[in-house]
Amino acid sequence: MDILLQQIINGLVQGSVYALVALGYTMVYGILGLINFAHGEVVMVGAMIALAAIQVLLAAALSPLLVLLLSVLLAVAVCMALGYSIERIAYRPLRHAPRLAPLITAIGVSFVLQNLAMIIWGREYHSFPQLLPNASHHIGGAIITEVQITIVLIAILVMTGLMLLVHRTRLGRAMRAVAENQTSASLMGVNINKVISTTFMLGSALAAIAGIMVSANYGVVHYYMGFMLGLKAFTAAVLGGIGNLRGAMLGGVLLGLIESLGAGYMGALTGGILGSHYQDALAFVVLIAVLVFRPSGLLGERVSERA
Amino acid sequence: MSLLEVHDLKVAYGGIHALKGISLSVAQGELVALIGSNGAGKTTTLKALAGLLPYSGKAHYQNTSLLHRASHQRVLDGIALVPEGRGVFARMSVLENLQMGAYIRHDKEIAQDIERIYDLFPRLAERRSQLAGTLSGGEQQMVAMGRALMSRPTLLMLDEPSMGLAPLMVEKIFDTIRNISAQGVSILLVEQNAKLALEVAQRGYVLENGNITLEDSAANLLGSAAVQRAYLGS
Repeated sequence: MDILLQQIINGLVQGSVYALVALGYTMVYGILGLINFAHGEVVMVGAMIALAAIQVLLAAALSPLLVLLLSVLLAVAVCMALGYSIERIAYRPLRHAPRLAPLITAIGVSFVLQNLAMIIWGREYHSFPQLLPNASHHIGGAIITEVQITIVLIAILVMTGLMLLVHRTRLGRAMRAVAENQTSASLMGVNINKVISTTFMLGSALAAIAGIMVSANYGVVHYYMGFMLGLKAFTAAVLGGIGNLRGAMLGGVLLGLIESLGAGYMGALTGGILGSHYQDALAFVVLIAVLVFRPSGLLGERVSERA
Repeated sequence: MSLLEVHDLKVAYGGIHALKGISLSVAQGELVALIGSNGAGKTTTLKALAGLLPYSGKAHYQNTSLLHRASHQRVLDGIALVPEGRGVFARMSVLENLQMGAYIRHDKEIAQDIERIYDLFPRLAERRSQLAGTLSGGEQQMVAMGRALMSRPTLLMLDEPSMGLAPLMVEKIFDTIRNISAQGVSILLVEQNAKLALEVAQRGYVLENGNITLEDSAANLLGSAAVQRAYLGS
């Protein structure tokens, strides 16, 4: 088995998920200058809702593909409503407050959602049913499952769609206008609040899809799963340059690769002192390195440009 | 009845009364200048009318109160503001800025109007795909004015269009203001350069410390001793 190729495949799959979640962080940051720390919990809620829907629909003896499709739609819809509500209830009243207030609120929202999920779904790990054919393919000594292929393809599709939306449509233009200058945007007739709500809903839809992807890949769902995933996706967004959509995608994929290659080779490189279980720490080493050496991220603009 | 009727308009920031109850009007098709020194309340007036600042008093546009209309709704009402400092979308191309100006529109004539803006400002046509942030100050002023016109306003409010521009460019901008006015768009022009403003306007108001102290035809204001002394430096 080719370890390098295998780790690259694993990294790309995980990176696709990071990229989708990182886009949610970066879109909200771009428009409000706010780090929405509750975003990781939206990922978890997406996974939980999808799982609940799958259990109900499978019991109704529908075909697996239809079950998956309906569950994804429901999870996306619920997460969009959740994203909308979070902004409306927690952040909008603090729109003109000092920046620390919404940041602390974001952490608070994160705890609330985590605890609600714990109350509703319990502390145990739930297994996520395998709905796609459990086949795998061998490429040059490495193995890739059909689930993984699906994850990468859907991620590419969704990200292409988002880029087209942002750069080619009237709504996307309005989002960029609001991100750049809210006063000017409102003088063009743009309803700022509506655009901000839409941004939260779009980011949450991506989070729901990402949540289902991780669950399908690892086969488990847990109320705490959004926390670490959210932090890592945030790291990916910072790595790429927070506020920059292409940066979030690049950062996500890079972080996935760094993690999986790091996990694969760390043992050999350090003579067995550090093992693959240091994988999580690696993401934060990357975060610290970016903040020290290139705070604006790989594709980010000079920080001073934001007033 | 005038297009814009303002009566006893007051604006306060915190404890400071920036406007202490001003009254003015703009008739359909009229070009009205609002002149005054720095800090007199000119920008505040335009911001209040555009919905960027809360006001008290009466401001009616086409016989409807603006009081509860948010800034984005006033664009739908037909009011467009070219703000001080221009406020172009620096990271968007010239074309995208113009398209943003047409944000409220859904008709089929948007592309045609963009061509019309390019006729008005040929310089913008050359730079249509350039990022607005990379343009000179005068070109950015053109983008801001073209963008405002794209909403097909019935009232165009211009805040210090000459600010920071080279004399040649100022001349070009004021030629265009005349041109826009000749096409029937009502204009409320705020300027520190009183002479320029009064030369293109039909009527004018002089704002001092949040109060309107003079109002007359532009020609009379240009000739008035008080205006000459205070704003024309002679």
